[in-house]
Amino acid sequence: MTRKHLITMRDLGKADIHQILDTAASFKDVLKRDIKKVPALRGKTVVNLFYEPSTRTRTSFEIAEKRLSTDVVNFAVASSSVTKGESLFDTIKNIEAYGVDFVVVRHSSTGVPNFIAEHMDVSVINAGDGINEHPTQALLDALTIREHKGSFEGLEVAIVGDIIHSRVARSNMIGLQTLGAKVRYIGPPTLLPPQAPPGVKMYYSIEEGLKGVDVIIMLRIQMERMNKSFFPTTADYFCHWGLTKDRLAMAKKDAIVMHPGPMNRGIEIASDVADGPQNVILQQVTNGLAVRMSVLYHLSGGEHHA
Amino acid sequence: MPEKILIQNGHIVDPSQLIDGIGDISIENGKIVSLELKSGKAKSKARASDGAKVIDATGLYVTPGFVDMHVHLREPGFEHKETIATGTKAAVKGGFTTVCCMPNTSPVNDNSEITAFILDKAAEAGACRVFPIGAITKGQQGEELAEIGNMHDTGCVGFSDDGRPVMNSLIMRRAFEYGKAFGTTMISHAEDIHLAGDGVMHEGEASIRFGLRGIPSAAEEVMIARDIILAQMTGGKLHIAHVSTKGSVALIRKAKKDWVNITAETCPHYFTLTDMAVEGYNTAMRVNPPLRSAEDMAAMKAGLADGTIDAIATDHAPHHRDDKLMEFDKALCGISGLETALALSLQLVRDGVLTMSQLVNALATKPARILGLPYGTLAAGAAADIAIFDPNRTWTVDAQTFVSKGKNTPFDGWKMQGQTVMTLVEGNIVYSL
Repeated sequence: MTRKHLITMRDLGKADIHQILDTAASFKDVLKRDIKKVPALRGKTVVNLFYEPSTRTRTSFEIAEKRLSTDVVNFAVASSSVTKGESLFDTIKNIEAYGVDFVVVRHSSTGVPNFIAEHMDVSVINAGDGINEHPTQALLDALTIREHKGSFEGLEVAIVGDIIHSRVARSNMIGLQTLGAKVRYIGPPTLLPPQAPPGVKMYYSIEEGLKGVDVIIMLRIQMERMNKSFFPTTADYFCHWGLTKDRLAMAKKDAIVMHPGPMNRGIEIASDVADGPQNVILQQVTNGLAVRMSVLYHLSGGEHHA
Repeated sequence: MPEKILIQNGHIVDPSQLIDGIGDISIENGKIVSLELKSGKAKSKARASDGAKVIDATGLYVTPGFVDMHVHLREPGFEHKETIATGTKAAVKGGFTTVCCMPNTSPVNDNSEITAFILDKAAEAGACRVFPIGAITKGQQGEELAEIGNMHDTGCVGFSDDGRPVMNSLIMRRAFEYGKAFGTTMISHAEDIHLAGDGVMHEGEASIRFGLRGIPSAAEEVMIARDIILAQMTGGKLHIAHVSTKGSVALIRKAKKDWVNITAETCPHYFTLTDMAVEGYNTAMRVNPPLRSAEDMAAMKAGLADGTIDAIATDHAPHHRDDKLMEFDKALCGISGLETALALSLQLVRDGVLTMSQLVNALATKPARILGLPYGTLAAGAAADIAIFDPNRTWTVDAQTFVSKGKNTPFDGWKMQGQTVMTLVEGNIVYSL
């Protein structure tokens, strides 16, 4: 795979994704060793440019980067010149002047990774842009699904919740379709796209939508949506779209339950499901680390498995 | 200014007199004195003997100078984006001889002193005629009527809160009613700001694909429906600015059948580009209303062809580079349109959507009539405001060569066909290629 950036899942073919997952699988073995560090990216510098608060993704990237022996710089926006009114353009031009190799960026505006790739000579990894994409989340979800289901062909995957505002949903939809899985969207009409993307089935009823699925990806419900009338109350939402044991029973017996975190127990997911035997949520976290190592490794020109 | 000018052997198109043929136009002291069509292929001999300056327009179109009902000249207040001097220079380069400037300056043109300032500046530095559009409400805040009467007396030819809607229906009712006393037109920036929400592009297949928040067509259409109802109720004159959706065209078409006093404009970008152009998040594609779907684009053409849409306006919205060099959703909306409008509009003729006469009607004659201006015509006695253009000449857009300060164009690098060769205002050659 010779590629400079990871901005959208649309850029990755089936073989590319499997290659990233294969490498990630080897890195998982590294992570089980006593000494968890490999010298693969020694001498390279990564800037983590997070314009949105993020604990999980940023930490996951940072650990992945350190495991690969890169020099890591965290550009903390809250304490930076950005709060003094510096434009994105000026910020990235400054970072470029340091001579870095990678920028891992999260931003509330869609298209910022494209903007950086256009104006800056670095390798860009999209860690979430606006409501658009979050490719490494889709890759770690794919790795988790592959570990449980073996293959993607014909797999039924339901994504449940706030679909329209979710970059996790969009990247997963693109990636899973590329891999041969079938995607369903489940949620209230206010949180579903006005028309279904090609190949996606949409359900208002979670009971209907979960029938016979192999994988359930729950999305986080953000409280701010409530204030903008996407749904009336969290109680009303949970009552109709929360993942409960009874609803989970509509899916295949061996269905897995995923969540990108952080979870809202009692809003999108019942506690007993979140802690139940079908959940693979913590496995997703470990896989996130391995997948991010793999992505950095491949973008830096790595061809062989670690 | 030469006292006498003879424009010879041009293809004259003047919808105001239903003229479409080869001929000569004589100008004296800034006025058109005669227009003679040739029969057959006979070419007139140069009649230099009477001392007239002769302009050979062989192979070129000679039409009334274009009238742009909708530009932003940014002065006063945003002179780093555009000035009356630079904006009108861009206008005459595009074949426009009259532009109407929207009131969203700083301060807002909501009183006759600002109106007078703009007119003074235009008289001093303007390359073409400038007519201000006054604000409907004070500060464009949508709350209290601005001094529509005084601004009308000072020279405003229409009223609009362009850039913002008048959300309060009662205020809009009063504006229609009050405006009737002056026979003036309310120009509606039709956008329900609640429905538009934090959208940054057209809501549809493309917004879902690109992961940007959408502005539904309904945000425009519900306001047009409201304004039609209010215009009908009050008998006021309504003009819809920058129509962009299929549903809007349908509403306007029906209103015209119902004899509502309504006219409408669209802009070249709405019949040239679709929302797919947003791919890659180029902020030059950020415009309000947003670029719509292919179906909407087709409706713009159909609306122009059947006269539902009366006029082509540019919504020339120049911005500084810094206002566009940023995140897509934070970039300011607008396109610097005066210098590309003619070539983009001529495509409609090449595609068989409009006849040349229909196009000139939409660019010149109709907008002048809507605003009650005595331009957009080559009738004897009229001011010699004339556009001369080559419909075939090819050129490549280079935004950096725009005379407008606003280099924000989605068409940078486009191969164009059709270009202004000469522009005359009141018999003065104000632009020559």
